[in-house]
Amino acid sequence: MKKVVVIGNGMVGYKFCEKFVASEKFNDYKLIVFGEEPRRAYDRVHLSEFYDGKTAEDLSMSTASWYEENNIDLHISEMITEINREHKTVANHRGDTYSYDYLVLATGSSAFVPPIEGVDKEGVFVYRTIEDLEATEAYAKKLKAQGKTEAAVLGGGLLGLEAANAVKNLGLNAHVVEFAPRLMPRQLDKGASDMLQAKIESLGLQVHLSKQTKFIQGKKAIEGLQYIDDTELKVDMLVVSAGIRPRDEVAKEAGLAVGTRGGIVVNQQMQTSDESIYAIGECALLNSMIYGLVAPGYDMAEIAVDQITGGTSEMPEYIDMSTQLKLIGTEVASFGDALNEAKKEIDEITYENKRKGVYKKINVSKDGTKLLGGILVGDSSDYNSLFQIYINGLKLPEEPEDLILGSRGADGGALLGDVMDLPDDAQICSCESVTKGQICGAIESGEANDLGEVISCTKAGTGCGGCKPMVKDLVNATLTSLGKEVKDNICEHFDYNRQELYDIIKVKGYRTYDEVLNAYGKSDGCEVCKPVIASIMASLYADTANEEIAIQDSNDRFLANIQRNGTYSVVPRIPGGEITPEKLIVLGEVGKKYDLYTKITGGQRVDFFGARLDQLPLIWKDLIDHGFESGHAYGKSLRTVKSCVGSTWCRYGMDESVSFAIELEERYKGLRSPHKIKGGVSGCIRECAEARCKDFGVIAVEGGWNLYVCGNGGANPRHAELLAEQIDNETVIKYIDRFLMYYIRTAAPLERTAKWLDNLEGGIEYLKEVVVDDKLQLAEELENEMAKLVDSFQCEWTQAIQDEEIMKRFNHFVNSDDTDDNLVFVPLRDQKMPQHWK
Amino acid sequence: MQNSKSMEEILEIYKTTSLESVKVWFEAAKVEDFPKNGGACVKYKGKQIAVFNFERKNAWYACQNVCPHKMEMVLSRGMIGDHSGIPKVACPMHKKTFSLESGENLNGDLAAIATYPVKVEDGTVFIGFEE
Repeated sequence: MKKVVVIGNGMVGYKFCEKFVASEKFNDYKLIVFGEEPRRAYDRVHLSEFYDGKTAEDLSMSTASWYEENNIDLHISEMITEINREHKTVANHRGDTYSYDYLVLATGSSAFVPPIEGVDKEGVFVYRTIEDLEATEAYAKKLKAQGKTEAAVLGGGLLGLEAANAVKNLGLNAHVVEFAPRLMPRQLDKGASDMLQAKIESLGLQVHLSKQTKFIQGKKAIEGLQYIDDTELKVDMLVVSAGIRPRDEVAKEAGLAVGTRGGIVVNQQMQTSDESIYAIGECALLNSMIYGLVAPGYDMAEIAVDQITGGTSEMPEYIDMSTQLKLIGTEVASFGDALNEAKKEIDEITYENKRKGVYKKINVSKDGTKLLGGILVGDSSDYNSLFQIYINGLKLPEEPEDLILGSRGADGGALLGDVMDLPDDAQICSCESVTKGQICGAIESGEANDLGEVISCTKAGTGCGGCKPMVKDLVNATLTSLGKEVKDNICEHFDYNRQELYDIIKVKGYRTYDEVLNAYGKSDGCEVCKPVIASIMASLYADTANEEIAIQDSNDRFLANIQRNGTYSVVPRIPGGEITPEKLIVLGEVGKKYDLYTKITGGQRVDFFGARLDQLPLIWKDLIDHGFESGHAYGKSLRTVKSCVGSTWCRYGMDESVSFAIELEERYKGLRSPHKIKGGVSGCIRECAEARCKDFGVIAVEGGWNLYVCGNGGANPRHAELLAEQIDNETVIKYIDRFLMYYIRTAAPLERTAKWLDNLEGGIEYLKEVVVDDKLQLAEELENEMAKLVDSFQCEWTQAIQDEEIMKRFNHFVNSDDTDDNLVFVPLRDQKMPQHWK
Repeated sequence: MQNSKSMEEILEIYKTTSLESVKVWFEAAKVEDFPKNGGACVKYKGKQIAVFNFERKNAWYACQNVCPHKMEMVLSRGMIGDHSGIPKVACPMHKKTFSLESGENLNGDLAAIATYPVKVEDGTVFIGFEE
């Protein structure tokens, strides 16, 4: 068995192992991997997500057991300091030696820190590893505590902008300082850079171009940047992201050939100047270039595996550096020769729309037959199609400008024609080098039956994810061509989507989950179909969540929101956010009595946290005795209707927003739906109730109310769209009744109204036809269904505390009155919070 | 508050028990104390055990109540069902699913949970332990 030692456990080093494991000859080799970082290889491309709450584990490329399962020895926190080529051994920092038959250098790169005076000052960081991010985060926290807020990022390239976004997410004011006269100088032209700059400045980041830093101001810690042109920028922190330097020091020490500006020289077989040593990824100097992207690094890993196992494949002379990414919420893509570096005779076609913040440029050969490269900023939805045309040398339309202009309003597929017309060897996923033939073949051979299975067997779409829409189109088209139906079944137990199940249950009048499962499903069901059917029955029959508790979603089963340590939160309804001082005192008393962490919510009510399961009925009994009822904060149902104070008090108010919000909240409370629903009512166009961020929002205007629908906050904020103008209270209610019932009938499980509208053919115009013009002649039926639900409302907590059977549910143990002794709380600002796990 | 347990300390008391190695059959509760096609939590010598009644196929399963994802005592409050015929429970916190036969995490790479044998005699539910 031959020994292969891999130095470096980054993305490319990991990919090498993964490709090796997949090789037929894997069993003839033993892999020993060294990583100097304290954790297994992680996804550095998505590093900034670390500040969005992703953990190091989420970013990890593999599970802890993966290496062991594949019999790979992984040594982390171990730095290789010496290669002895004569004896074919490597030694770590402790002097332990390991022998090798083949050695693979995947040492990657380090952040390049330019030799500026003062870069060693406190508060200067680089952006490369999770440890760097942790150090930056800790420093940012310290700054904020001192009221300091300004942070600069040195470098306006791809990584620099990522770093700037990360700094902004830390709550600091981010300044991007770039030496070149434009952002991302390697990928973008001036027009694209201007558009990107305008976009990111509108998000509160500041961009300083053509600035060369002379030295860093400050005594011990950084206080500012002094530029060469005698201007300055006062900042409290600096993140340097000015490029990368290949890690070639061990290779150099061992006498391997390295480039004059660094990088381990390799040939097309990825071999270094020593034939048993390979170098891959950002440490390798191939074609006199360092390739700082993941896709070519992965290709190098594949070539090295093939070469070591006796294959003959080589890296191509030309390596594609196309990229598509989202930077600070802005889509940016660049492909082929975007800057015409080959200095060919070309025609540039540009489209610029400042209002929408979109810039598109393509380079077309003089004879109009070839697409050579291009740039997209603000809207990269055409990237996949353009890239396919470019990389496969496909024929261009008669008027090449149609490539960026003609596709307006159409999806990417239309631009390319039919995805199935692509040649079989067309590369669809460039991160994982997956071709159209492999994707379609996986389905044709029966190896995969749907998108998920195609992704898991080909790995397409698991890198940057940009190709996923095209992979999905190919999967669906292949399934259709094989005569298989493309279905959005809710789960493995039902061959139906939610709308079909809704109709089935309604027509057959089923009242229990088992009836539906026995007649239309199979096996024992699961955590997906159970709550979907519970929700459908609630929408059809006004059932509360106290029916059939075992099929209710986790929160509905205990009529409360399960929180971080397995305790629950309690939210009584406060319609429209209006509350008397007496009732407010009651809430204070209840919070105090049960020692609950108390907070005002975004929906204008009060949330109590830290209630044990067994305390829930006691707390609710107290609340109900004082006139409160369930706020349904735990349900996929109406949450709140938020209001501003309106014309009752406000000198600008056009109408009584509070009164109307209360009326709407009372009307739709308890309504179960495919996802949660929120409403808002504003008394004038100043919109203090943020009604347009809600599933339904009403705003008072001259002559009535404007009704907006299908907005939401959350991960993908959306403003609601105008459904009807200047209508009276009665008409508002009529339209909301119709709109909500139509949504409840037709949406997919857990599909918010905004997403539902996106998927509704014909969009808002079609919705207007259904709701306002009654094109489907459904209006009366929808209104009657809603009226029945409104009339049958019951407070499910009142129901619960009056029923001894239901109350049994709230004991932690079935065989003991003890409570969960696993709960530990720690103090927090005069209240308490769950203890963090060590 | 300082003497709270570490993750390892919490997990180490839960060991998968095979039918052959059962030394103690602990009388947990009556069949009707458990929800149909759902679960409840049983306390046994400092352990929290989730017990599930698959009434549809007349089968019972038991496992540790603590979810290895975030170490909370919650699995008994999860929904049950099957994945390609394998009986499973979905944690109510983040819907991580575990086989109730092998304990394996079916939709991720978490550590397997410990499972325990269950028997029902004369309407009483017993859980098998090694000690």
